[in-house]
Amino acid sequence: MTATPATRPQRGSLARCRAWLLSAAPQSRRQARLGRAYLAWRHFAENRLAVVGLGIIVLLVAVAALAPILAPYSPNAPALTQRLLAPGPAHWLGTDELGRDILSRIIFGARLTLYVVALVAVIAAPVGLLIGTIAGYAGGFLDTLLMRITDIFLAFPKLILALAFVSALGPGIENAIIAIAVTAWPPYARIARAETITIRNTEFIKAARLQGAGPVRLVWGHVMPLCLSSLIVRVTLDMAGIILTAAGLGFLGLGAQPPLPEWGAMISSGRKFMLDQWWVAAMPGVAIFIVSLGFNLLGDGLRDVLDPKAEER
Amino acid sequence: MSALLEVDNLRVTFTSHKETVQAVRGVSFAMGREKLGIVGESGSGKSVTCRALLGLVRAPGRVRYDGLRFDGEDLHPADQRRMQAIRGRRIAMVMQDPKYSLNPVMTVGRQIAEAYRIHARATPQEARQRTLEMLTAVRIRQPERVYDTYPHEVSGGMGQRIMIAMMLIPGPDLLIADEPTSALDVTVRLQLLAIMDDLVQARGMGLIFISHDLNLVASFCDRIIIMYAGRIMETCRAGDLHRASHPYTRGLLNCLPQIDQPDTYLPVLERDPAWRDEAP
Amino acid sequence: MIQVANLQVVFGRGRRANPALRGISFAVAAGEVYGIVGESGSGKSTVLNVLSGLWRHWSGQVSIDDRPMAGRRDRAFHKEVQMVFQDPYGSLHPRHTVDRILSEPVAIHRLGQSQARVLRALEEVGLDSAFRFRYPHQLSGGQRQRVAVARALILEPRILLLDEPTSALDVSVQAEVLNLLTRLQRERRLTYILVSHDLAVVAHMCRRLAVMRRGVIVEELTVEHLRQRRPRHPYTRQLISASIGYDRQAAEAQAEIDAEGEGD
Repeated sequence: MTATPATRPQRGSLARCRAWLLSAAPQSRRQARLGRAYLAWRHFAENRLAVVGLGIIVLLVAVAALAPILAPYSPNAPALTQRLLAPGPAHWLGTDELGRDILSRIIFGARLTLYVVALVAVIAAPVGLLIGTIAGYAGGFLDTLLMRITDIFLAFPKLILALAFVSALGPGIENAIIAIAVTAWPPYARIARAETITIRNTEFIKAARLQGAGPVRLVWGHVMPLCLSSLIVRVTLDMAGIILTAAGLGFLGLGAQPPLPEWGAMISSGRKFMLDQWWVAAMPGVAIFIVSLGFNLLGDGLRDVLDPKAEER
Repeated sequence: MSALLEVDNLRVTFTSHKETVQAVRGVSFAMGREKLGIVGESGSGKSVTCRALLGLVRAPGRVRYDGLRFDGEDLHPADQRRMQAIRGRRIAMVMQDPKYSLNPVMTVGRQIAEAYRIHARATPQEARQRTLEMLTAVRIRQPERVYDTYPHEVSGGMGQRIMIAMMLIPGPDLLIADEPTSALDVTVRLQLLAIMDDLVQARGMGLIFISHDLNLVASFCDRIIIMYAGRIMETCRAGDLHRASHPYTRGLLNCLPQIDQPDTYLPVLERDPAWRDEAP
Repeated sequence: MIQVANLQVVFGRGRRANPALRGISFAVAAGEVYGIVGESGSGKSTVLNVLSGLWRHWSGQVSIDDRPMAGRRDRAFHKEVQMVFQDPYGSLHPRHTVDRILSEPVAIHRLGQSQARVLRALEEVGLDSAFRFRYPHQLSGGQRQRVAVARALILEPRILLLDEPTSALDVSVQAEVLNLLTRLQRERRLTYILVSHDLAVVAHMCRRLAVMRRGVIVEELTVEHLRQRRPRHPYTRQLISASIGYDRQAAEAQAEIDAEGEGD
């Protein structure tokens, strides 16, 4: 190979970079943090399936970002002459009842899926974390109050509660997101509370209290970072469920409204042609399946890396 | 005295995907029906040595030895069934914390009785009778009452006595005790040691007593092995410990605070890397 | 410096009430190293928890620096009184670097010059500055305990409460940490209260000590009395003989004392 001499110095700098990351005596906060992250990545990368999951999620993000470039057709413009074409060279995944290219719709639909998932995570996880850590750290009356509210939310089946919220707020993708977020936070609060209660009585928290640290600093700087890892794992594993709930709302006509290419809504409109034109419903179904699988694989891998109980071994 | 246990060149290594750690690097000793103390700091390999004797080292740990004789019988690593039989019936072990060794949802009496019924095909009445005898043997004053308690209801010292009672059921020839008194208060510690002392004498057992506490081992055992970094540094009679010659032993003795020595600063133990490699 | 009078603590309430401290009193002078010896359940650690303000439900009088203490402590108090815990594995936050652990108290008390203070604190406890950005899991037990001592001292307190500071360490490491504590005490004229189950450690560090059992101080004595084997209380004698080593007769004698004591 002629390229070998050229790559050698690069190898050297890579090795130097690795040595820098793995240094037992880091020179700065940044190096210590990066070194820890690098070790976590190496551990994560040992799990092949988790890397596959990560790959799927990265692909989803890339597709969503580059949708206008990747999509061969417009996702929304009807072409009535091309109705219900089977998958073929012109339309790889076929067309739907209005002659729209299904591949293009799925590619643009990735944006909606990502939008839903990201917003739910951004709303529900911090709310759950905050409520859980406060309840767990404060204890007493506040704990009882917050946890009973959590119990009330937990008592409803997720989809039913989301349906109730959407019907109250009116259909639409934003309302669907709010509804899902409202139903998603209670389990996170529970996890965060359970973690907080074990952390609260440790000696390093006592030591920080004796330094004069106030409750805000303790919860924010000491308790939350330790709750975060199990929460991230749980949120990642829940992503598949969130996508399915969003698709379910779309399927029932309560989520994204036509003509938005939301995957659940696409399945819903495709069910009329299920027997003769299977691809209309099946293609978005496959997309949902792959993305859900990706999140689950990623979540499993993250659990191995981040879960403090697993770390002990 | 004929040797009860002879160990020749025992080695234990743990291999992870990153590195190989030699926990025990060639340990050889012989013991009779006596009280043998193994002393060392954490990481000296004293616990791993005994776990290896009991076959408790799990993968990725690897145990090798040139010879292992128990009561005149050669044990080959290949003969797993024979090893298991001897380990189950003739060697017993007491761990540091009884809380982790007892089943929390079963009364202590039932646990001991079941252990007995596994070893001897006995009726429940016989098992109960033997259990009460064993509890009496470890000087529990009201064995009937203790029989019906759950592990969380007993104190640390009582829990450790119960563990010993349970270990004595098959009538072992060798008892291995890994820091059995470290979790106990000093005054309770003495009573437990007295119990073990009695049992060893009355039953003619051998005892391997693992501890980090030099003074305790010196006053309790007959002979002492001092370990460091997986090797035996020195073996001496307990009474001669204060005349020990090895610098590591001397260092360990010196850095102990003494009630009777009004020193401001304690001598600090300097470790010589050569101890790791030199022939014992 | 520290006065404690008739301090009482009860854990639980109603029928399950369990008195942990049944009215104990002692006084510690400025610059003194005072020892409390006892076995588990004697209440020795509870004394430190009350003094440090970790445990707020107590009755009696506690005054530090001639100021009576209430349940809640202010920030100035924490700058004066610091504590070192038993378990060097549990007392450092697993996700914080040594640098963060040491600079946090500086930030809380707005002392400024965080970097210089951290470096100086590391130097004082004999740790190289290379340790600054390590995580606790990259340190040995002795190094962790040095970090814990540095964290307590970075606020320049005058009182240090030591809760079994060496009982989780190997004897050779224990010697190093005890030497460190002795040196710092002399250099800074610190007042220590050292709690331990190990009579030899207390005798090595302290001039005066209290022997506690079941929530009361059974005896307060000087180290000279201890060395001359002149304790008044039989329990102290027991502790002394138990800490010297195994002694058949002592064990027998003790079993009898305990049998009598079970009637309590």
